[in-house]
Amino acid sequence: MFRRERSIPLRGSAAALCNNLSVLHVPARNLTHFGVVHGPSAQLLSAAPEGVPLAQRQLHAKEGAGVSPPLITQVHWCVLPFRVLLVLTSHRGIQMYESDGSVMVYWHALDSGDMSPVQAVFARGIASSGHFICVGTWSGRILVFDIPAKGPNIVLSEELAGHQTSVTDIATEPAQGQDCVADMVTADDSGLLCVWQSGPEFKLMTRIPGFGVPCPSVQLWHGMVAAGYGDGQVRLYEASTGILHVQISAHARAICALDLAPEVGKLLSAAEDTFIHIWKLSRSPESGHTEVEHCHGECVPDTQVCGARFCDPSGSSFAVTGYDLAEILRFSSA
Amino acid sequence: MFNRKFMEELFKPQELYSKKALRTVYDRLAHASIMRLNQASMDKLYDLMTMAFKYQVLLCPRPKDVLLVTFNHLDTIKGFIQDSPTILHQVEETFRQLTETYGGLSAGEFQLIRQTLLSFFQDLHIRVSIFLKDRVQNSNGRFVLPVSGPVPWGTEVPGLIRMFNNKGKEVKKVEFKHGGHYVTAPKEGSFELCGDRVLKLGTNMYSINRPVETHMSGASKNLASRTQESIVPNPLAKEELNLLARLMGGMEIKKASGPEPGFRLNLFTTDEEEEQAALTRPEELSYEVINIQATQDQQRHKELARIMGEFEVTEQPRPSTSKGDDLLAMMDEL
Repeated sequence: MFRRERSIPLRGSAAALCNNLSVLHVPARNLTHFGVVHGPSAQLLSAAPEGVPLAQRQLHAKEGAGVSPPLITQVHWCVLPFRVLLVLTSHRGIQMYESDGSVMVYWHALDSGDMSPVQAVFARGIASSGHFICVGTWSGRILVFDIPAKGPNIVLSEELAGHQTSVTDIATEPAQGQDCVADMVTADDSGLLCVWQSGPEFKLMTRIPGFGVPCPSVQLWHGMVAAGYGDGQVRLYEASTGILHVQISAHARAICALDLAPEVGKLLSAAEDTFIHIWKLSRSPESGHTEVEHCHGECVPDTQVCGARFCDPSGSSFAVTGYDLAEILRFSSA
Repeated sequence: MFNRKFMEELFKPQELYSKKALRTVYDRLAHASIMRLNQASMDKLYDLMTMAFKYQVLLCPRPKDVLLVTFNHLDTIKGFIQDSPTILHQVEETFRQLTETYGGLSAGEFQLIRQTLLSFFQDLHIRVSIFLKDRVQNSNGRFVLPVSGPVPWGTEVPGLIRMFNNKGKEVKKVEFKHGGHYVTAPKEGSFELCGDRVLKLGTNMYSINRPVETHMSGASKNLASRTQESIVPNPLAKEELNLLARLMGGMEIKKASGPEPGFRLNLFTTDEEEEQAALTRPEELSYEVINIQATQDQQRHKELARIMGEFEVTEQPRPSTSKGDDLLAMMDEL
């Protein structure tokens, strides 16, 4: 079904983080951009359809006080109505760049206040919603930045309280019409999921309690929350009510990444157990119940996967990164 | 090493050591006894330690298991020093401190600890003969990640999709082929002062019934070569060091002659080989122990080094610490 395509070499190996791969598909230019965190640096590269690498750039976490260079937690492209920004989160703060990483347009330093050095301070979890970019933090607060159509006049417009433990991931989808108002879901280290409605002010709609197991990765599709957990489970919930619809014993180790191919309702899950699985989500026409079907499983031998993404909205290809691996693996079913 | 002041220093909240800093501490620890190693053997010993530690952290089924691995280490150490109540007390005190500091951390916090540790070991692929023989490490230096065996405690065996209706009643159950061959976890390892840890990571790699974490068929049957070794510790320090020498495998123990008392450990089969190894060691793997740059590093390690300088080797004449003094003096001058 899927065959292995030519890998794209990386300058530095991928770090053992979750959600450690961001992909920006640019069909107009027949290009795909990839972003991977190495450690104190992140690598951006663009590739032609056959995987031939064309350009690459390295970004570094902004230095601060401290002994060693700060570690980057995540790098992610945010597609906004009039522009695309690249966001980089680290143990110091949040950096925003033009989409090719050439110019830093904004820097937000995290305030650790009078925290003792026991607590790690970092930003993690990045998503765009309309003209906002939301970023999670170690304390559970979600920072909402208002992004102008162009230029560096980015403003922190709101801080959302909803989580008590470190944020892990954020997912958004365009509002689905009047009925479906929930368009953002945030997840944290305790497995708690918060479902929000975006707007000039974000509103908390639903809380889906965790069970002590971190939820490192989350996706939102047609009013359904897909959450991957540290115990290898994937769970689907109705976003507006929090009702559990599907529970999958998907992996034997912690899940590190989830991704969606929105055009076809395909969900990709990747975990530290070396496996990637692809699932088809649907609603049964008779009962209206959510259904999930397993489509494909792929094993990357001896590799602790740390990132995985579909490379196009129809889910016909996907890319994978692994801890200690200095290449991006590609698979396609074309 | 388990002396209270040293432990207090280690337990202070701090950033991850740089590679140079850790190597310095390791050197001082190794030389706090009457054992002497020259550069090449020290490098080899450090490589062995680093790769073994990487293996243990990487293969932890749950992030919290890094604590169980540590407890396994302490349990084995307790076995060695059973006849020495003072040291035994110190080790138990360390155990209590570990429980106090880490016992209450969440799964998410342990995941962050594990990811941070893995960043230290990133890109280290030194081949270790015992790992290669046991098929725990591939010839490219990467560890084997088995896709069979027990799942971590708290994880379900992958392979099941369960679908529910709006009332929470299970309406459909479908199995899927995961790709691995997993079984349920038998029981959870104990986090008490004494108990069955269940996990074998962190136990003595060189013991007769070597419980290497691998589920591959055709696991090495070369235990016969190790059966002659006794693992019963001998309270006499000198005999202990000879045991250490034997465990390191086939090397020459030179009786110290001349003014410097003590014991020179050569990890190679001949002195010539040791010299040759020192000359041909690749640049990128050299540790440059003496160069300590950052001020904070200096402060912290000065303190550690000072404390280590106070270590006494009981039941042995106070060793000449000329080499150590030089290092300490050098650090003072920086």
